Amino acid sequence: MSSVTESRGSQLLAWIDARFPLSKMMREHATEYYAGKNFNFWYVFGVLAMVVLIIQLITGIFLTMNYKPAAADAFASVEYIMRDVEWGWLIRYMHSTGASAFFIVVYLHMFRGMLYGSYKKPRELLWLIGMLIYLALMAEGFFGYLLPWGQMSYWGAQVIISLFGALPVVGDPLVEWIRGDYNISDITLNRFFALHVIAVPLALVMLVVMHILALHETGSNNPDGIEIKENKGADGIPVDGIAFHPYYTAKDLVAIILFLMAFSAVVFFAPEMGGYFLEHANFEPANMLKTPEHIAPVWYFTPFYAILRAVPNKLGGVILMGGAIFVLFLLPWIDRSKVKSIRYRGWGFKAPLAVFAVSFVALGVLGTLPAEGVYTTLARIFSFLYFGFFLYLFIYTGSEQGKPVPDRLTYHG
Amino acid sequence: MIEAIKKNRIGPRLVLKSLAVAAVLLPSMVSASGGGAIIQPAGNDVSDIVSLQRGARNFVNYCAGCHSAKYIRFNKLQEDLQLTEEQVTENLMFAARKTDELMEVAMPADDAGRWFGQAPPDLTLVARSRGSDWVYSFLKSFYLDEDAATGVNNLALPNASMPHVLWELQGMQHATFRVTTDANGAEISHFGDPAYFEHFEMVSEGKLSLEEYDQFVRDIVNFLDWAGTPEQLKRQRLGIWVLIFLFVFLIFAYLLKVEIWKDVK
Amino acid sequence: MSEDTGLSRRRFLGVATSVTAGVGALFVATPFVASWKPSARARALGAPVEVDISKLEEGALMKVTWRGKPVSILNRSPVMLERLESSDVELRDPDSEVDQQPGYARNEFRAIKPEVLVIVSSCTHLGCVPTSRFEVAPADLGPDWVGGFFCPCHGSKFDLSGRVFAGVPAPTNLVVPPYRYADENTLVIGEDMEMTA
Repeated sequence: MSSVTESRGSQLLAWIDARFPLSKMMREHATEYYAGKNFNFWYVFGVLAMVVLIIQLITGIFLTMNYKPAAADAFASVEYIMRDVEWGWLIRYMHSTGASAFFIVVYLHMFRGMLYGSYKKPRELLWLIGMLIYLALMAEGFFGYLLPWGQMSYWGAQVIISLFGALPVVGDPLVEWIRGDYNISDITLNRFFALHVIAVPLALVMLVVMHILALHETGSNNPDGIEIKENKGADGIPVDGIAFHPYYTAKDLVAIILFLMAFSAVVFFAPEMGGYFLEHANFEPANMLKTPEHIAPVWYFTPFYAILRAVPNKLGGVILMGGAIFVLFLLPWIDRSKVKSIRYRGWGFKAPLAVFAVSFVALGVLGTLPAEGVYTTLARIFSFLYFGFFLYLFIYTGSEQGKPVPDRLTYHG
Repeated sequence: MIEAIKKNRIGPRLVLKSLAVAAVLLPSMVSASGGGAIIQPAGNDVSDIVSLQRGARNFVNYCAGCHSAKYIRFNKLQEDLQLTEEQVTENLMFAARKTDELMEVAMPADDAGRWFGQAPPDLTLVARSRGSDWVYSFLKSFYLDEDAATGVNNLALPNASMPHVLWELQGMQHATFRVTTDANGAEISHFGDPAYFEHFEMVSEGKLSLEEYDQFVRDIVNFLDWAGTPEQLKRQRLGIWVLIFLFVFLIFAYLLKVEIWKDVK
Repeated sequence: MSEDTGLSRRRFLGVATSVTAGVGALFVATPFVASWKPSARARALGAPVEVDISKLEEGALMKVTWRGKPVSILNRSPVMLERLESSDVELRDPDSEVDQQPGYARNEFRAIKPEVLVIVSSCTHLGCVPTSRFEVAPADLGPDWVGGFFCPCHGSKFDLSGRVFAGVPAPTNLVVPPYRYADENTLVIGEDMEMTA
């Protein structure tokens, strides 16, 4: 490389840096952002969530180029994309698979937080922002699912929107206000389109930026739950820390590729995923005179759907379902243990956490099944265990004795 | 698995094992609606182009009079089913004039509603919404029912308003249903209830033998399978290349990661 | 020694990974870029139009739509052709040098066969539909008018071959779309004639 080209490149950089904090941001957030060197498999899901967000944004934009948000045209426009638009089928499958992938990744990401106490001081706000992202994501999935205007789109929305009718006094006007009409109609579809394509994605992107800024303010947690900033070397760099770039950019790249392989396997070989990613009933156009045999929300909502149906009272079910999500917000204050990571907590924490995880999955399965007989009984048992976990934590962690937490990170190379 | 949890190694293997357990339990939990024995496997092969061609012909001759397949263009039949333009225009197009048109149906929807109670639905996506096996079983499950307006009923779709269009090919069959007795010893007939279905009995022969009719129906189902998901073969072929590329990419990325992480002690 | 190989190994892997990523990015971009190509529906709607001209009388004009554009087919009588050839009206582009027609229509008649003119009825000024004025010397168009097309919006004039007059707002001759003869009585608008030799 000649010295002339070299200085030109760095001259350009200097010109930019005088006007925009480019190098500063690179240092602060990548090359001089130090994280624990012991990140394991559970730590990839944050960056994978970002990858999925990008996939959804790009595929979503291209779908919007051909999709028609009117009740008379929507279903046909999706088939137009699948058949007449060059590569339309691929863009559609990427978007539908991405929606499910988003929730898989986000649930695992949240579970990591529970394993290693990532929501504990000083990262409570980080957790709250993350919970807002989760709420926004659920809204995004809910609005998006109406758009294909299939049988399940229509009837799933019908059921969920009518839940708001359970609220006393404001219930019925609220439902009418959400729908913009006396029934779910073209009007509802159009406004859900606007929310799904513009409003919620904007909110999501802003929340993700806030999430990363909040993370970088406190620094990342790690599988040992040790604050690496408490142990800095003479140069001011945490002794157990390594720079995000190049170490975690390189490691995350491997994780991203593995994820893309799984993602591609689904997109190219099983995009319907047995009817869980693309529901069979949704290949029938919405018919407001014909109710499907079996209405269920998409799999990622089913745990909360199961809790809703477990309660014999409609309003009670709505409150409990909302409560199941709300209680997650309170986790930083419910779990009062000083020890962050599961590695240094006893069976008094590990066992209940396992029960919680099993309950969540079980509720998810039950949400796909009809609400009758033994299924309802099971849903009640697992709902009880779900809420019981948080109650138990609040009581138990006040006096929880963890194992001694080491000063230095455990890293085995 | 317990060992792993004890050592706090809640790693990928544990997660995958748990998911595998769930995946095994899941199918047994999901109940099949509408009776298990009634739905038989279609056994069609979408890569069998000749079967698809026969299926297209069968569909056009027996189904397209009432049912549209309005998301398919005729020239797609040319492309994917390896037919020439003449073959398509001469054998498969009746009302349409140009091959880039969609496979609409000539019957007006209002009339259809009056004649049949509801307009015969479009069939482009029936293999996706109800499944190939269901369509296959449906076309084989018509049986005589003197109370029905069309003279037939269907085991896969009780009280269907569709007549048995293929009766000349299959022949006609009776369906027997288990009879139960109530507390007083009186017989309760469960005629028409799929949960009590026992077996079919041919009462008149059709133009095709049983195997020929099976294949006839299988070809239609194959065509509808393709119609619902026309990109499937191309998609699967491409998927292999994508995975191969990603695997090569993975190797480079992994070696790079190991190399960079050599500094970390 | 090992540091050197370590560094060059790292650089090699870094380059290999980046190149693969770049190639991957191109692969991924392809379907998105390709999705902008005209879809099967667009190709169907924009498909060539077959026109039966067996009933088109001499001196008569018929209109069809091709790709959303109005296309006029004029059966020029011998008288009209004669007036066309003998007229000495000043034209902006008498030899059709500007690329407003397929190669086989670059002649005085701007057509494959002199009798039948096929043009897009869209004034090359701002797109209005020119009116057919085949009468000789009407009051509003003056004594030198021997027949042609007159655009009412801003007064552009075109002769019986669709060639633009000099001194009018329109800059170029009316467009001749690709077309061919399927047989003597059938035009296919939208498909080029096969050029032999």
